[in-house]
Amino acid sequence: MADASYPDDLLYHDQHDWARLEGEDHAVFGITWYAQDSLGEVVFYDPPEVGATILKDSSYAEVESVKAVSDVIAPLSGEIVEVNDALADSPEKINEDPYGEGWLVKVKLSHADEAGTLLDAGEYRKFLSAE
Amino acid sequence: MAATETPMQRERAQTIYEKSKPGRRAAVLPSAGVPEPPLEELIPKELLRVESPRLPEIAEPEIVRHYNRLSRRNFDLDTGFYPLGSCTMKHNPRLNERVAALPGHARLHPAQDPRRAQGALELMWLLQESLAEICGLPHVSLQPSAGSHGELAGLLLTRAYHADRGEQRTKVLAPDTSHGTNPATVTMAGYEVVKVATNGQGGVEMDDLRAKVSDEVACLMLTNPNTLGLFDENIAEIAGVIHEVGGTLYYDGANLNAVMGHSRPGDMGFDIVHVNLHKSFSQPHGGGGPGAGPIAVSERIAPFLPRPQVTRREGGNGSGPSYDLDFDRPKSIGRLRGFQGNFGVFVRSYAYILSLGADGLAEASEIAVLNANYLKARLAQGRAGKHLPIAFDRHCMHEFVLSGKPMKREMGLATLDLAKRLLDFGFHPPTVYFPLLVEEALMVEPTETETKESLDAFADAVEQILAEGEQDPEIARQAPYSTPVRRLDEVKATRQPVVRQALS
Amino acid sequence: MSRYTSATSADRAAMLETIGASSTAELFDQVPEALRLDRPLALPPGMSEAEVFERLAELAGRNADAEEQVCFLGAGMYDHYVPAIVDAITQRSEFLTPYTPYQPEISQGGLQVMFEFQTAMSELTGLPISTAGLYEGPSSVASAGYLAIGATGRRRFVVSRGVHPHSRETLATYAEGFGAEIVEVGLKDGVTDPAALADAVDGETAAVFLQNPNFLGVIEDVEALGGAAKAEDALLVVAVDPMTLSVLKPPGECGADVALGEGQPLGNRLDFGGPSFGFFCGTEALIRRMPGRIAGETDDVDGRRGFVLALQTREQHIRREKATHNICTAQALNALAAMVHLSWLGREGFRELGELLVRRTAYARQRLAAVEGVELLHKAPVAREFALRLDAPVGPVLERCAEHGIAAGYPLGREYPEYENGLLVAITERRSKEQIDELADVFGTAISAERGEFLSHSESKSPQPQEIG
Repeated sequence: MADASYPDDLLYHDQHDWARLEGEDHAVFGITWYAQDSLGEVVFYDPPEVGATILKDSSYAEVESVKAVSDVIAPLSGEIVEVNDALADSPEKINEDPYGEGWLVKVKLSHADEAGTLLDAGEYRKFLSAE
Repeated sequence: MAATETPMQRERAQTIYEKSKPGRRAAVLPSAGVPEPPLEELIPKELLRVESPRLPEIAEPEIVRHYNRLSRRNFDLDTGFYPLGSCTMKHNPRLNERVAALPGHARLHPAQDPRRAQGALELMWLLQESLAEICGLPHVSLQPSAGSHGELAGLLLTRAYHADRGEQRTKVLAPDTSHGTNPATVTMAGYEVVKVATNGQGGVEMDDLRAKVSDEVACLMLTNPNTLGLFDENIAEIAGVIHEVGGTLYYDGANLNAVMGHSRPGDMGFDIVHVNLHKSFSQPHGGGGPGAGPIAVSERIAPFLPRPQVTRREGGNGSGPSYDLDFDRPKSIGRLRGFQGNFGVFVRSYAYILSLGADGLAEASEIAVLNANYLKARLAQGRAGKHLPIAFDRHCMHEFVLSGKPMKREMGLATLDLAKRLLDFGFHPPTVYFPLLVEEALMVEPTETETKESLDAFADAVEQILAEGEQDPEIARQAPYSTPVRRLDEVKATRQPVVRQALS
Repeated sequence: MSRYTSATSADRAAMLETIGASSTAELFDQVPEALRLDRPLALPPGMSEAEVFERLAELAGRNADAEEQVCFLGAGMYDHYVPAIVDAITQRSEFLTPYTPYQPEISQGGLQVMFEFQTAMSELTGLPISTAGLYEGPSSVASAGYLAIGATGRRRFVVSRGVHPHSRETLATYAEGFGAEIVEVGLKDGVTDPAALADAVDGETAAVFLQNPNFLGVIEDVEALGGAAKAEDALLVVAVDPMTLSVLKPPGECGADVALGEGQPLGNRLDFGGPSFGFFCGTEALIRRMPGRIAGETDDVDGRRGFVLALQTREQHIRREKATHNICTAQALNALAAMVHLSWLGREGFRELGELLVRRTAYARQRLAAVEGVELLHKAPVAREFALRLDAPVGPVLERCAEHGIAAGYPLGREYPEYENGLLVAITERRSKEQIDELADVFGTAISAERGEFLSHSESKSPQPQEIG
């Protein structure tokens, strides 16, 4: 696992999830470096089904390490349009590349304006150091 | 550390399938003695198996050697100190094995006519009576197979009790620090868990409890002494709060070994208690089972107990009492398993109760509490006192919880590292990372059957490991060194699970 | 009396001094006074080891066990011969006295046994995934119900009446909690009625439950019956008798999603019903929904092969209220007994034993059906157990057999009122041809005596016998 990093082009949720906005009303979600580091080596990712509706601040998936299960919290609301199937065989990508190959789902946003409530990289870093 | 392998480490694990060779065998079967037509004449061919299961092919001497060698790759209670918190690793008397193996017990068919199983039914009845007295609750079902099975029984009884009164309740309260079986059982029983906060002493936070009780609450599940090894002083008040809203009180008997003959769950106000016969009543744990989890209940719960129940009928005309199985229990929740329960466990536990008797059971709890407090005091001295403080400093009951938080902060040693290093000193570690409310927790339960010398040796080992850690924490971080295998890759085992031997 | 403790007065004094307490009573101060038991427990005083032995031997002596009687009882538990090495190995301290393998470095023996056991159960059932074992058979059936609800999101079970009554009742008990409806499908000519089964299964069905051989001993066509489950994407759950899996087509080859059963026939004693173990096997798709412990293979830091508890996030200590089950028991010692027994039988011996059971059962069935007043309850093929109908009240007939030292079988009437005078007879390798012949003789005498009594009883009731003709 590389050192801590929080890319500037992402938005962050205080439950340690990120969102990358794509176009008007789409986004990619994943978990942050901090989240994967506290979880330890990820052994399993249980994705939602394509077409499922997800709600901001609610759990939409689970990631497992050997001795912990964590709910993944949706940073924004919408409908799942794609899940990262590659994680079924190599969940370790969530550790190795949390913002790249370790992405979790693509979502068509239902309330794109919710993005205004999320943190930018600087604010998230500040949030982490305060925790 | 030197990279020398012990003989056991050098011997790489090989399964019995890998030792198999076609043509070898152990068993010789009796000859049929009856006509031997081809199987196809007796059973239609399409229902028959084509290829035999690939079981090992191996002669008896090698089977014995294989399993004896495997046994030596286990640590066990008969060999060393096993202070695993909440598991009550007390001595397993060999007498109990002997009496359980008597043919009248071991070869008694469970469907035997009760008139020809009077000894077995009497034993069950006597064990029921003994557990009722110890728990302070009048009725007992021996049927549940383990503690978690007893928990399920308890919640199904609760459901039946409320339904009988025309009530549909939806919630079960459990402390946020409870053992994982409690919330898992609540879901299996069709209820919703509501977590109750824990106060600094590991007891129920009364304000939070009051805020969460309502007439939707079916039951409160509690362990007392609690997971910190402390007796919840508010227990009578808690019982009052729950009974006021019409709920039942469930007592998780995991920690009964602290209070036998000193205090009774029934007198504390509980309606349902499960007893782990493999903890307090000396059934050997067998590497994970078997056990048994009988339940004792109050009068109001009794009509719903599982069936069949053992009953006793007083004899007339000079004959003694007789025993029977009662299936005719219209309000019963029904069966929880096959036949009458884990009878072999009942025999061992009844033998244990007979051996100790009333005063012996009370003394067992007394020494269990004495041993725990002594070991706690020993570990409050020296380096342990500094690096592994007690989570709540007052007299404990039969177990206590230390926190490895300072050790982790100051020496960079996690509780897991200490646990693994203890293996090199010949001790089974305490329960680690439970309860969750204590950071880096170590839960220590020495039990009454350990000597002062064993407790001293354990305290000395902890002291030595901490001293070593001050010099070089890396030693513990890489431990163990002397065990048959060293730290294992659990990530690999779960990412790509290999759960059986591949056979060609 | 026996104590198993070591604290001398001097020890106590020294320990209390270190603690800083004046007496052990002080340590109990935290128990509120009103909750302290102010009297001794009302139990007898402790006894010496010799006295306890005598007392327990006296109780044991009042049971008619399978040494005292020739045992034709079955119904899920069987009087098989348990080889001597099973006792020798399971009584070793290293297997008898450890806890669950929480510290894998010092539990490799137990973990490897689990892995070997899982392999054996997987081989027997023809399914790839086996757990390390549950409590026993019937509760394993109920556990499969809980799994099926999670796997399908549906809440209806279709259950054959050929499934063991204890299993059906246990499933119903559990279902009352987690919420599921049970639809029972009757038997026809000894087997699950295929048309009724197909009618009962629909899009709301979570699982179809079959047993093979079924409770009457009959071999079911699991593959054909299972088609109904497949058609509606319901799980097919099959309870099996492990001793018959050397000769019968394994459930994994018949489309079963879950195969489970009572493990007692493998190396475990009768013990008046327990402890034994339940085995539980499934398809790859169900691996993360399985109940209980599973051992898995891995490596240590130096690359040595080793075993650990795998996939623990399914379990209660991690997933808590979302766990796949609340169980934390694996009947490890009982599973070890099974593994030693299966190793002793070996691939060839296991098959030979299965064939022996089928042939002796065929002989016994034919022999008993020839007895006057006895007929077969059904003519369908059986493996190691079969059902009869007596032309006499079954209770008194069994009583007469018992007087001759024979436990002749399991009366069906309580659980199957439709077979009022039905009797289930089980065969093991311990039941020789001579014993079967003896059973037939005693049985014949008992039945004719009961019929005679029955007739004379009826005659005495009717003072004016009807004229015949």
